[in-house]
Amino acid sequence: MNLTLQVWRQSGPASEGKLTEYQATDVSPEMSFLEMLDVVNEKLAEKGDLPIAFDHDCREGICGSCGMMIDGVAHGPSRGTATCQLHMRSFTDGDTIVIEPWRAQAFPVIKDLVVNRSALDRIIQAGGYISVATGGAKDGNMIPIPKLDSDSAMDAAACIGCGACVAACPNGSASLFTGAKVSHLGLLPQGQPERYRRALRMVAQMDLESFGGCSLFGECMEACPKSISIDVIARMNRDYVYASVSAVEERALGGEG
Amino acid sequence: MTVNLNSRVPAGPLTEKWDKHRFDVKLVNPANKRKYTVLVVGSGLAGASAAATFSELGYNVSCYCYQDSPRRAHSIAAQGGINAAKNYQNDGDSIQRLFYDTIKGGDFRSREGNVFRLAQISVNIIDQCVAQGVPFAREYGGLLANRSFGGAQVSRTFYARGQTGQQLLLGAYQALEKEIAKGGVTMYPRSEMLDLIVVNGRARGIVVRDEITGKVEPHLADAVVLATGGYGNVFYLSTNAKGCNTTAIWRSYKRGAAFANPCYTQIHPTCIPVAGEYQSKLTLMSESLRNDGRVWVPRRKEDVGTAPGAIPEADRDYYLERKYPSFGNLSPRDIASRAAKEACDDGRGVGPGGRGVYLDFADAITRLGEDKIRERYGNLFEMYERITDENPYKVPMRIYPAVHYTMGGLWVDYNLMSTIPGLHVAGEANFSDHGANRLGASALMQGLADGYFVLPVTIGDYLASNRLEPVSVDAPEVKAAVADVQARTSKLLSIKGKRTVASFHRELGHIMWEKCGMARDAAGLHQALEMIPKLREEFWQNVTIPGSGDDFNQTLEHAGRVADFLELGELMCRDALHREESCGGHFRVEHQTPDGEALRNDEQFAYVAAWEFAGEGKAPLLNKEPLVFENIKLSQRSYK
Ligand SMILES: Cc1cc2nc3c(=O)[nH]c(=O)nc-3n(C[C@H](O)[C@H](O)[C@H](O)COP(=O)(O)OP(=O)(O)OC[C@H]3O[C@@H](n4cnc5c(N)ncnc54)[C@H](O)[C@@H]3O)c2cc1C
Ligand code: FES
Repeated sequence: MNLTLQVWRQSGPASEGKLTEYQATDVSPEMSFLEMLDVVNEKLAEKGDLPIAFDHDCREGICGSCGMMIDGVAHGPSRGTATCQLHMRSFTDGDTIVIEPWRAQAFPVIKDLVVNRSALDRIIQAGGYISVATGGAKDGNMIPIPKLDSDSAMDAAACIGCGACVAACPNGSASLFTGAKVSHLGLLPQGQPERYRRALRMVAQMDLESFGGCSLFGECMEACPKSISIDVIARMNRDYVYASVSAVEERALGGEG
Repeated sequence: MTVNLNSRVPAGPLTEKWDKHRFDVKLVNPANKRKYTVLVVGSGLAGASAAATFSELGYNVSCYCYQDSPRRAHSIAAQGGINAAKNYQNDGDSIQRLFYDTIKGGDFRSREGNVFRLAQISVNIIDQCVAQGVPFAREYGGLLANRSFGGAQVSRTFYARGQTGQQLLLGAYQALEKEIAKGGVTMYPRSEMLDLIVVNGRARGIVVRDEITGKVEPHLADAVVLATGGYGNVFYLSTNAKGCNTTAIWRSYKRGAAFANPCYTQIHPTCIPVAGEYQSKLTLMSESLRNDGRVWVPRRKEDVGTAPGAIPEADRDYYLERKYPSFGNLSPRDIASRAAKEACDDGRGVGPGGRGVYLDFADAITRLGEDKIRERYGNLFEMYERITDENPYKVPMRIYPAVHYTMGGLWVDYNLMSTIPGLHVAGEANFSDHGANRLGASALMQGLADGYFVLPVTIGDYLASNRLEPVSVDAPEVKAAVADVQARTSKLLSIKGKRTVASFHRELGHIMWEKCGMARDAAGLHQALEMIPKLREEFWQNVTIPGSGDDFNQTLEHAGRVADFLELGELMCRDALHREESCGGHFRVEHQTPDGEALRNDEQFAYVAAWEFAGEGKAPLLNKEPLVFENIKLSQRSYK
């Protein structure tokens, strides 16, 4: 099939960007979306033109590198799918496809479709971990964890940190991302000692970055390539409120609840 | 022989070596640790675990990755699981057995001392990861669950659905972010190491290019750790992430680090077959699927075009079960891959081009129900369906072998130090523990063993035992290394030829796959050794790289990596040619048993081949580290 692409081109963080038109010809339905862009890029390079810059690495939906707005939808038309896993069979001959970078204040454009997502790492730095140093951990089976809890923790932990939730949110909020980590660790016994402190700090960091607030629109969940449930936001909010009213930041909460 | 290949494996009984070594090593006074700077290149399982642990101990650490976040290192893509000799299943597992399985799986081409230590440490890794909150699969009683992997008859693989690598890496990444927050680690994402700085014979830093600004700068330190992963992308098509490369270890090789066993490559039996010319990478279907899936092809060529469901049981050839009755579908990877190739070479392959075999879950679904299968492999089935548009709950998967892992890498001693003092190498980037074939679920184990438990001990020993004079950025060695990188970048940009970087990469990959892939012979390797230098020459005259070196330029990054692959590919073929035997993943057609199995030659080849760079245009020198087996009797590997 043959397609027309309208691609956002922007040479650097400080420059103006604009949509530029390209033809993608002889596209096979078996190709992935990124392979379609590879072919376009190779033709550009052959002519000595600058290829379209986009982040990608694993190309199997797990590293979270890739991500673009495809016709205004984060990661494109297939539910629960990262851009690299989207296949051209989702499109039809003659389509025009508009391709843009994540649009969010907290994710400034670096070049073309590549954005700076370091704010997400800083949210994790604020408390998205369990403070155990290497060595001295007790036997793994000494901490029995009900299968259901461990499964729910895994559901939240599946987040790939791509930022689609932020890009899809009308407010540019990172609540799904943050809630996923708060939930993953908060659902496990190992995560209890720092549970409330973690929620407080991660939410505070999210507010410090240029993310918007959450109005529970739910667009994030629709865009999430791992279909992480918006329930994680409710969980984060509960932990946050509890932490705020009981001022746990100073009082280390112990126990394996 | 010029490089020193002293393995430094401690003397004494196998079971006591590591304990003894930990007692013998020198320690750095806690108050002094902050004064030492260690650079960790790579943020995968090996790099992130090492960087976080060094910082916990008090060292001053810098960590580098080429992705925009350390969490995206290729380890994230590992699916199936991680081995540990916990014997939670009471099925006869032990440290001794994991040790034995690993040595045998590697076809008796690894070092006993290292492998035993790996098996010992394996149990601590699981405990550490659980403590960090890694959500491993659990039984209803709340205890950890296990599955089986190839090359083992016990169930010792721990997993988190089909996303084990992701969860282990997030554990290590979170530990790393914790240390970044504390100020112990400075993280440099979107940064590529382009050279090693060696001063007075010691590794004292690296040259780094900032991918956003294009700035090239030296970073100096007391010791350097490379944890930059494997080089499977020399084949262009592999299951590796697109950015995986050899640059860091190749540049270090050219600065004096010996490269061990470059030809040992793992071809994974269960990947989604190639669909077309435009194919950019191959997708693995985890080995864990072989717990429940049965591999077969039609018994008769006439049935190749027939729908699988219409082929009666009697006309199917479950060739792994037939040839290897005791391990069956769980035969090791090298064996399963070659068996698939044989079936396809025999004209019984299925799917486009006849390059595929079936992996069939019908029996397991009948036995366990679709829900159970969904719970075990749901995400893999989904991934398969997304790529092929076929529903594996209804029709068997089609799979074919693909390049997956490189057992070769920089030579390291028991302390994980290369032949350049101060340069340590961890994870897939070193050659250490897997011999000529790695068992499934053992790479994650090795990466974390190296980073959490081995290097934190041995790096201290290095720092405490050596007087390291300060190095200035104005030192001639530093300036020369930076100038080399700048010159190379300008050279690449100035060629302005007609062929794209990707086209060179594809052509190299094709040569490597055909001549140095699943089966190798002298004639083919000789051809490759003529073709690769020609291709390299053409690359340096005719490649085109649009844009400049002063900003974000992915084509330039790719070009630098392909330039290094074009050199490495030649060394791999040379190594494959010199090793006149078959062992593990290295199958020389000339050396096989009457029934087509790998035929080793222990008398002549029970050694590690450590290649030493001898200068541009000169043949590299072969150094040998003899492999001594004191605890295991060498035998013809049998999985029958
Ligand atoms: C699809 C797939 C599935 C797998 N499944 C399993 C499994 O189930 N079990 C198992 O045990 N093993 C598995 N493996 C193997 C295992 O995942 C890898 O061997 C292992 O994760 C490698 O870890 P590492 O830390 O050595 O390197 P990587 O995780 O590859 O990390 C390399 C790091 O180095 C950085 N880097 C590379 N080059 C440079 C440079 N020049 N400058 C700066 N930084 C650089 C990268 O940015 C990255 O941070 C799988 C592999 C693949 C491909
Ligand atoms: S490239 Fe890794 S998620 Fe898409």
